[in-house]
Amino acid sequence: MASVVLSEAEKVYIVHGIQADLRVDGRGCEDYRCIEVETDVVSNTSGSARVKLGHTDILVGVKAEMGTPKLENPNEGYLEFFVDCSANATPEFEGRGGEELATEIVNTLYRIFSSESTIDVKSLCINPREHCWVLYVDVLLLECGGNLFDAISIAVKAALFNTRIPKVRVLEDEEGSKEIELSDDPYDCIRLNVENVSCIITLSKIGCRHVVDATLQEEACSLASLLLSVTSRGTLTCMKKLGNGSLDPESIFEMMETGKRVGKKLHTSLQKILDKEESLGTTRQKVSD
Amino acid sequence: MAGLELLSDEGYRVDGRRAGELRKVRARMGVFAKADGSAYIEQGNTKALAVVYGPHEMRGSRSKALHDRALVNCQYSMATFSTGERKRRPHGDRKSSELTLHLKQTFEAAILTQLYPRSQIDIYVQILQADGGNYCACVNAATLATIDAGIPMRDYVCASSAGFIEDTPLADLNYVEEAAGGPQVALALLPKSDQIALLEMNSRLHEDHLEQVIEAASKACKDVYAVLDQVVRDHVHEVTTLLGE
Repeated sequence: MASVVLSEAEKVYIVHGIQADLRVDGRGCEDYRCIEVETDVVSNTSGSARVKLGHTDILVGVKAEMGTPKLENPNEGYLEFFVDCSANATPEFEGRGGEELATEIVNTLYRIFSSESTIDVKSLCINPREHCWVLYVDVLLLECGGNLFDAISIAVKAALFNTRIPKVRVLEDEEGSKEIELSDDPYDCIRLNVENVSCIITLSKIGCRHVVDATLQEEACSLASLLLSVTSRGTLTCMKKLGNGSLDPESIFEMMETGKRVGKKLHTSLQKILDKEESLGTTRQKVSD
Repeated sequence: MAGLELLSDEGYRVDGRRAGELRKVRARMGVFAKADGSAYIEQGNTKALAVVYGPHEMRGSRSKALHDRALVNCQYSMATFSTGERKRRPHGDRKSSELTLHLKQTFEAAILTQLYPRSQIDIYVQILQADGGNYCACVNAATLATIDAGIPMRDYVCASSAGFIEDTPLADLNYVEEAAGGPQVALALLPKSDQIALLEMNSRLHEDHLEQVIEAASKACKDVYAVLDQVVRDHVHEVTTLLGE
């Protein structure tokens, strides 16, 4: 991952500050940086979103295409994830440099969305065993400013909320062969229910306290982090420990409680913003950048 | 192509423009804090983002360092959701590699590389939405990003595409006009000295018409130059005001 080089003195400064519940930019241990979310930024897609979390910039595009259902789930559609760590973020990502990080993010996303309740994949089915909607979720990492996973999960949730899948009708003629008809009205579409889509909360352990939404400098001081996937109701769906250091069980339980609390708040704010943006409709101002 | 007239009888194109008219160009500089220079440009529906790192020490193999000038390293990449049909690989395919080499060639002609021997300048361009004129939007964005990074250049590099239909040269083609299959010329120009950094032509064009088409492309490049120059001046004005000069 993109990292900064910090001197010992700077690390000590950050650690001592956090012990006194004061981070370098003045936040408390459970505060997020200012998050900017904008949906419908790319017109070629079925849904898109851009999230700016401090210096972290993520762009997600969702394309809905027709495909054949997987053999083990013939009555469901599915989601395919792809992450592109662009060289814009850091020159180390040029060529194939960003593939390791991209694979890690993709695997985490698959794990979160593997649980059945996240997205109603049965609604993506058109013809059992023959046709279904495949949602290709493409994540583009434009800038790395710490706390990638959180920003990516927020962007994915916003993009799925913004996705509009055209309604199709299946016509059967006398010989039994089926034809798929796309509705003529471009506004006639199905929307996805993203209530159960979870958000990732990364808690980094610095010194003897843990912080939410670590910047690059804080990540360089933390030995271990816990990645939690929390739904809007506060249920934990996935947990992963990152980093070289070790965590003792006490801290893990404390971090889980913090994660659930922070997660519920994050979900309510995100849903409020998405609904507000939706209600503005075409009159909203585009900050497109 | 039946049913789709690229140039109507009254002289209007598919999107309502005139033959020599450019699409709306909007650009911003300094969009990323961490990069040395960055810029974002929108030409109609084509959106491109360029980021410049450098000049810095050679990364990777020291043997590739040039003893008397800087090495310009480019990468052209398209987001997988940028095109109408989803693209499987953002970069590494033939078209992207070819455009990467073109960008390198273009910027080596413009940047004063003799000032930075044994160092490297990285130019990374990302297409967020592709609607024709991808290469041209990239060059324009990369010019702004290089200026934002403070790297000295001979002149701005402005690029535009041009086509030829029904005896009329068209400037700044969009995706529909490019896909129609007629002749297309991509031109990268250094406007003040009228020097051509890159010229590329596809399809068949009678040589009598070539001069007209290049003229149309040059004029479009100079129009783009006017817009980019204004963007740079506004940005510098804003930055100096913020610094309190």
